[in-house]
Parts: sequence; C-alpha cells; structure tokens
Amino acid sequence: MPEIEIPEITASYYLILAALLFTIGAVGLLLRRNTLVMFMCIELMLNAANLTFVTFAKELDDIGGQVIVFFTLVVAAAEVAVGLAIIVAIFRRRPDVTADDINLLKG
Amino acid sequence: MEAVIFFVGAAAALAGALGVIAARNPVHSALFLLMTLVSMSVFFLLLEADLVAIIQIVVYASAIVVLFIFVITLLGVDEKEARIEPLRFQRPLAIGFGALLFAQIVVIAGNDWATGQRSVVGPLDDDERSGNVRRVAETLFTEYIWAFEITAVLLVIAVVGGVILARRSGHRPSAEASNA
Repeated sequence: MPEIEIPEITASYYLILAALLFTIGAVGLLLRRNTLVMFMCIELMLNAANLTFVTFAKELDDIGGQVIVFFTLVVAAAEVAVGLAIIVAIFRRRPDVTADDINLLKG
Repeated sequence: MEAVIFFVGAAAALAGALGVIAARNPVHSALFLLMTLVSMSVFFLLLEADLVAIIQIVVYASAIVVLFIFVITLLGVDEKEARIEPLRFQRPLAIGFGALLFAQIVVIAGNDWATGQRSVVGPLDDDERSGNVRRVAETLFTEYIWAFEITAVLLVIAVVGGVILARRSGHRPSAEASNA
C-alpha cells in the first residue's frame, strides 16, 4: 500500500480557503438577482473575513483577532435586521424581490 | 488527523458556498449557507477559538439563518429569477472579476504585505488565567470596552430602524393599535 503523505495544515491553507469563500460570495453577489440570495452572499463574505481574523489570531498568537470577530458578528446581525426590513418594505409595494425591478432611481 | 478534518470541512464549506449561488430556490440557498456556516465553526475549533465556534453556531447558524427562512416564508418562494439579462455579458464579466479578485487576494497575501506584529493585544493563552472564554472576555471588557458599548448602540439603532421600516406605512399608530 503506497504511503500517502499527509500535509501539515498551516495558516496558508485557511487563508486560501477564506479567499475562495470571499470570492464565491462576491461572484454570487454579482450573478444573482434575488435580493435575499444577495444578502446570503454578503454573509458568506463576512464569514470569510472572520476566518481570516481567527487564522491570524492563531498565527500571531494574538487574542485581538478573536475579539474582532464579535464586532463583525454584531455588524452582520445589524445588517441582516435592517436589510430584511427593507426587503419586506419593498415587497409591500411590488410583488417580487428581484433587484432588477428596483430601478426607480435609475438615471 | 487535523488534515483530514480540514479537507472534509473545506469541501463542505466550498460546496455549501457554491450551492448558495447556484440553487434556484432561496430556501435551498439558505440551507446551503447553513452548511457553510457549520463548517466554519469546525475551522474555528481547529484554530483553538472555542468561544467563537460556539457563537458561530448560536448566532449565525440559528438566529441569522432562521431570520432568512422566516422572511422567505413571509414573502413566498420566488423561483422565476430573470433569465433575461438587462446588462449584456454580466455573467462572464462577473466570473472574470471574481477570478481577478481571487488572484489579487492571493498575490497580496503571498507577497508578505499583510505581515503582522506578534501579540499586540495579548497572547491567546495566559498561563495563570487560562481558557479561551476567559481570555476573550477579559480582552473584550478591558481593551475593547468602548467599542463594545458602541456595538450596543449600533444594535439598538438597527432594531429600531428595522421596526420602523417594516411597520405598515400610511396608518396612524393609534389606528393601528386599535386594529390590533
């Protein structure tokens, strides 16, 4: 049986994974038109940033990286609360929540 | 062992993230998002951030995803997302910009531009007062107490703003109260 070399997981693995997740979130934000799914993509990007913070907290032996995650979490919660309220308010005026239909301010 | 957990978790996280942007049905997107968020909590455990891992489950995986699903059920599932594109070439351009963004992040990280100083705020573990929860709490309530108070104000503003936005407009509050 051939011996499989198991790589040691360094900080770079986590950082590359966080970069991939951030990119997927950004691409999703550009691709999708459903405002709810766009919000989920923003959550993905915030989570990727959190993973970076925690990775650097471990790498640099600094508790500050983990504390910052809590503030990111608060911003995410506030953003979801206000954003979903805006979506509900828009939904009252028009029957669907596609971003293309919200073009009253178009120049 | 850590490598096995990492690669399984990474596969789940990436599959969930791709599922969020690929799923037609918003409910499926929300469930894929849940999959990614739970995998993230596994990574936080691997990185010795115990408290963050638990908070990730409690706040993100329960509160925020439930809020999403609640709004989806309130608004109804809308699967007929526009197939026509108001902007031509938006899809290929978006994927191209995504690849560019990823390359930029990797180049920046690979060039050691994002170097850091070791232990600015404090070490992860203190010999005398050990425990991740204790270390995070001590830092949060000493070094970051001012920022912590400001987040309380931010949350109050967000909640009040959410209530005002979601309230049915065009009614007087007194009339609404008597109807309810």
